[in-house]
Amino acid sequence: MANDVWVYIEHKDGNASPMSFEILGIGKTLAKDLGSNVCAFVIGDSVDGIAKDAIAYGASKVYTVEDGVFKGFRADAYVKAAQTLIEKYKPEIALFRGTSQGSDMAAAAAAKLQTGLCADTIGLVIDGGKLKMTRAAFGGNFTVTVVNEKAQTQIATVRPKAFAMPEKDAAAQGEVVKESVSVSEDSLHTKVVEFIPSATSVNLVEADIIISGGRGVGKAESFTMLKELADLLGGAVGASRAAVDSDWISYDHQVGQTGKTVKPKIYIACGISGAIQHLAGMRTSDCIVAINKDADAPIFKNATIGVVGDINVFVPKLIEKFKAKLNK
Amino acid sequence: MKIVACIKQVPDTEAEVKWDIPKGALNREGMDSVTNPFDEFALEEALLTKENYDGEIVAITMGPDKAADVLRNALALTVDSVYQLTDDAFAGSDTYATASVLAAAIKKIGDVDVVFCGKQSTDGNTGVVGAFLASILDFSQLTYVSKVRSIDEAGKKIIVERAIEGGTQVVEAKLPAVVSVIKGINEPRLPNLMGIRKASKIAIPQWTADDLGLDKGKVGAAGSSTKVVEIAVPPPRGAGEILKGELEDIATTVVDKLIDLKVIK
Repeated sequence: MANDVWVYIEHKDGNASPMSFEILGIGKTLAKDLGSNVCAFVIGDSVDGIAKDAIAYGASKVYTVEDGVFKGFRADAYVKAAQTLIEKYKPEIALFRGTSQGSDMAAAAAAKLQTGLCADTIGLVIDGGKLKMTRAAFGGNFTVTVVNEKAQTQIATVRPKAFAMPEKDAAAQGEVVKESVSVSEDSLHTKVVEFIPSATSVNLVEADIIISGGRGVGKAESFTMLKELADLLGGAVGASRAAVDSDWISYDHQVGQTGKTVKPKIYIACGISGAIQHLAGMRTSDCIVAINKDADAPIFKNATIGVVGDINVFVPKLIEKFKAKLNK
Repeated sequence: MKIVACIKQVPDTEAEVKWDIPKGALNREGMDSVTNPFDEFALEEALLTKENYDGEIVAITMGPDKAADVLRNALALTVDSVYQLTDDAFAGSDTYATASVLAAAIKKIGDVDVVFCGKQSTDGNTGVVGAFLASILDFSQLTYVSKVRSIDEAGKKIIVERAIEGGTQVVEAKLPAVVSVIKGINEPRLPNLMGIRKASKIAIPQWTADDLGLDKGKVGAAGSSTKVVEIAVPPPRGAGEILKGELEDIATTVVDKLIDLKVIK
């Protein structure tokens, strides 16, 4: 229907994680305020299970496009399907997660529909029947609220973890609408050759606990200690730009303006001074613990708990005490 | 091979950000500006591609007069030619309008094989213009690229590695392609003194909306469907408590406080 809220459900080769359904929660809230329905749309080569889960996570209707050509995510193929669906059903809003897949999809689809989008949205509300989309700019020093009054379908990507996960109700009922979109292999530009899984299995953006190291860590070897703490707590290892630029740890661990934006429940900043570029990537974490030798470090102005001390002395103490408390 | 590098001038991240509140846009004139850090990797990748495969590099930027600085820097790094896309009508462009202007310039340049751009800018932070560009031009859309493995100009093929959630995806794509690169793909070089001196004397050619054959109603604020209605400063996070005492005792307190959050399993 014309004023429905659509949510794109991403998956990897037919496997969706609970986080794939994350934005059905905010989608449902918006649909309620518009007096419409939240609908999911899924594209892939085997989508029945994902469609069922989308209903369990709150979608009242799921539109699916299923074909062998959609095995493995490819922007051009998936966007063709998304564009066809959106042009046919003209939803009011289409939401995508602000992941690599979601951003690729949203941008390419918006381009085909000749509209801009609001990227990495952290606030979405219906105000007087209109969607207001809020995002952070300049490393979170400002928030910018955007409206889209011209487009038939307003498109946004949503920052992971910006909104609460919806509850799963396996008994929920919903309708699955199967659509077919033909995309010929010859018309496509890309082919996935292989996927090499990362050695560090924890996804920084989705981690609930992050132990991050900065310049104050002093050497690459000290990251072994942070990794030990992270493993003990079931968390991931992050880093500031200074640590990455010193070659102590690889770029995929970098948090901040030129790295990843994270929002864990616990962020332990070890030897990180707290430059605005770093704060940009982690300031919305629930609980920030800062450990730094310099009592004047700006990180303390943003920390929930501050510890003035040498991380090479303090972190081993934390590890020892966590081990005792957690019986590990 | 014809290579285009898209670069953007952004406020220095240390600079004070000034907004033109009624326009919902940045007051770019009053700020210290630099080349967007991610675009330095794009420019370097263009230079490496030229060195490895031969070809010519055209660097483009869209922005007001002052944005010519980033093109001068690109010239100092020995790109072959530059164009500044500048017109009052471009002001206030959203993601789609921006990509439309860049796409028009790439079409005008013609016969382009690869377009390099940075993953995102550090001011707007949207990180979607590269994908918009690929979609508008109908070029292969290669985002989050951490390595270009090979380019086969005759076979019109490129193989890249993309750093995505959970690992590295290796993709083979047809040329032409838009390749948006992440930090770490290379080590951007610095211009030498001779390059800087030479670049300072070159006039920067400008392309306006008319030059690009763009309808002024379809670019800038007029052509943007998204519009900024409010700019706010988020409330400060506020400092918590600094724990005092012996590190041994502090460690116990921290462990207890964190376990109380019931996040650690």
